[in-house]
Amino acid sequence: MPARGHATGFERAARVALRVFAGLVLLYLVLPVFVVVPLSFTAGQLLVFPLPGWSLQWYRDFFTNPLWTGALLNSLSIGLIAMTLATTLGTLAALGLHGSRSRWKPLIFGLLITPLAVPVVIVAVAIFYYFASLALVGTYLGLVLAHTVLALPFVVVTVSATLQGFDPNLARAAASLGAAPTRAFWTVTLPIIAPGIVSGALFAFVCSFDEIVVALFLASPQQRTLPRQIFSGVSENISPTITAAAVVLLVVSVSLMATMELLRRRGERFRKQVATA
Amino acid sequence: MTIADAAPGGTKGGIARDALKRAVERSQRRQAVTMLVLMAPSILFVAALFVLPIALFLFRSVDNGEIRHLLPQTVAAVPDWTAGELPGEPVYAALVEDLRTLKDTPGVGLLGRRLNYAVPGFRGLVTKTVRNLPATEVPSKKDALIAIDGKWAEPAILAVLRQQSGRLTDFYLLTALDLERTPADQLQRVSGEQAIFLDLYGRTLLISLGVTLLCLVIGFPVAAVMAAASPAVANLLLILVLVPFWTSLLVRSTAWVILLQNEGLVNKSLMALGLVDHPLPLVFNRTGVMVAMVHVLLPYMILPLYSVMKGISINHLRAAASLGASPPRVFRTVYLPLTMPGVAAGCTLVFILSVGFYVTPALVGGPRDQMIGYFIAYFTNSAVNWGLASALGALLLLLVALSYLVLGRLVGFDRLRVR
Repeated sequence: MPARGHATGFERAARVALRVFAGLVLLYLVLPVFVVVPLSFTAGQLLVFPLPGWSLQWYRDFFTNPLWTGALLNSLSIGLIAMTLATTLGTLAALGLHGSRSRWKPLIFGLLITPLAVPVVIVAVAIFYYFASLALVGTYLGLVLAHTVLALPFVVVTVSATLQGFDPNLARAAASLGAAPTRAFWTVTLPIIAPGIVSGALFAFVCSFDEIVVALFLASPQQRTLPRQIFSGVSENISPTITAAAVVLLVVSVSLMATMELLRRRGERFRKQVATA
Repeated sequence: MTIADAAPGGTKGGIARDALKRAVERSQRRQAVTMLVLMAPSILFVAALFVLPIALFLFRSVDNGEIRHLLPQTVAAVPDWTAGELPGEPVYAALVEDLRTLKDTPGVGLLGRRLNYAVPGFRGLVTKTVRNLPATEVPSKKDALIAIDGKWAEPAILAVLRQQSGRLTDFYLLTALDLERTPADQLQRVSGEQAIFLDLYGRTLLISLGVTLLCLVIGFPVAAVMAAASPAVANLLLILVLVPFWTSLLVRSTAWVILLQNEGLVNKSLMALGLVDHPLPLVFNRTGVMVAMVHVLLPYMILPLYSVMKGISINHLRAAASLGASPPRVFRTVYLPLTMPGVAAGCTLVFILSVGFYVTPALVGGPRDQMIGYFIAYFTNSAVNWGLASALGALLLLLVALSYLVLGRLVGFDRLRVR
């Protein structure tokens, strides 16, 4: 809140109260995210505090039970393929959008990011009906394609944002020194925008790895992903193995997103330095 | 502009300019083509796997191909049939012929299911009739059908065949609005147990508005504290907001089920503190849904608020204070108006996202707390009424699109981005 010259006692109390309130809200935001962590190490059978003791039994179950290992493997492989597809398509599109002077540009950008604006349940059901007529429901291909649609906007947005900060004079300098456009791209443009592409790729991976709604509609038991396995566990009965699975999901997505944030901040700092130099 | 316009006669300079101009144009054209080639794969991909499925999905809400496909002769005989009356012999004869063709095919089941949407009990009628179809040489098919089941003499039941004979139908959309057609083609409100959808929209809007308001009331002070903090502290607080933002919705909803259950941490703490004797019912009801949804959506409120508040110069506030405004007045007349873009952007984001929620209410809510998304999934998976699922989806999409247009215009579309 704004600082003021002469704070009365009442104002000071109000400011303290405000900070306490903000602290409580932040606790409300963060605590539930981490509450599954201690629970996943419980030695008991129930998800209650205080823990009767510590144990790795639920992690053992998670990493040995084929139901869970299969789900983890599915999530990883589907995520990696969807990430590769979305990153390739999205980076190309972002480069095209950046270089294009067409008046359709805003429209194309809008088209590519609309999957973000439509409620996921509608996207999932629409793709489900569509894939049902193409016999793609319950196939790996179907799930990968659907996840790629959802992940693509993140790549387009992230790489486009990076390209905004890219100085076109660098590519021109390369061209004036005799580099062919492809050579200039590979040796100048790409290395500079690489952090943006990596961020986009991480975003795309997390988007697929965390995705639940599309997986609920499109995946057969054979393609069950980690979120789907957790979902069916929560709606039936919560075994502590679910908390171990949730911790795995949590660690993967938070660490990847944190990496992305670091890349973003580094990029910002770098751009500021370039701007002031 | 063409080259001919630009070339002034046949002078030497003109020719050189011509050549240069042509070269530039050629290079620009090549550039445009290259860029198009780069964008094409994504455009085609999104068109084929997003735009087309959504379009087909929306079309399904008015599509009536099933009945035309299953009962072609009956549909052809319908035009002579007056609303509100029993049809003549030709319609009955055509119906018998169509049913005879369908006999022993999966079509019987499809027809029964489709007609059952409109009139419960129609499935049984179709099965029974197909089993006892009259011989070809019977003089009156009408009498024969009525002999099989008296329902074939009820205008209210037969009216369905006439009303549903068109290429397109408003049946699903009307159902999704709790409306139905009487045999005489009048619209009327459905009654009793069938009238669930208006209630559903009311509930969806109520939950979404409640979540938006709670997020604003809770998020505003937090964003203000973050904006006023020193950069190092602000960064730390920002991370605290981002971590839940990065965490899977599913993990967070699961955590709330665990926390709020009867033996959960929240109830245990309340009881240990002596505040309550019995565990409070906190989960699988509206309380659980609100707590979990506000938790999931709060970052979408805090982040835009924070980015607007960070940009508010403290000098405005100092100026107001130096002119004698009391702190509440500075807040009301200077600070609050300046934060409005953030408030509007945050509320828009939270509202639009919450209207489409499905997973969190499904896990944390009870049967009376489900929103539109749940029923779309239900009519797709469990009840298998894809037309109705599509109609609900179309209405939800309309709601989201209207919110975007109205609020987006108010806020400016550029602001509707979180990071």
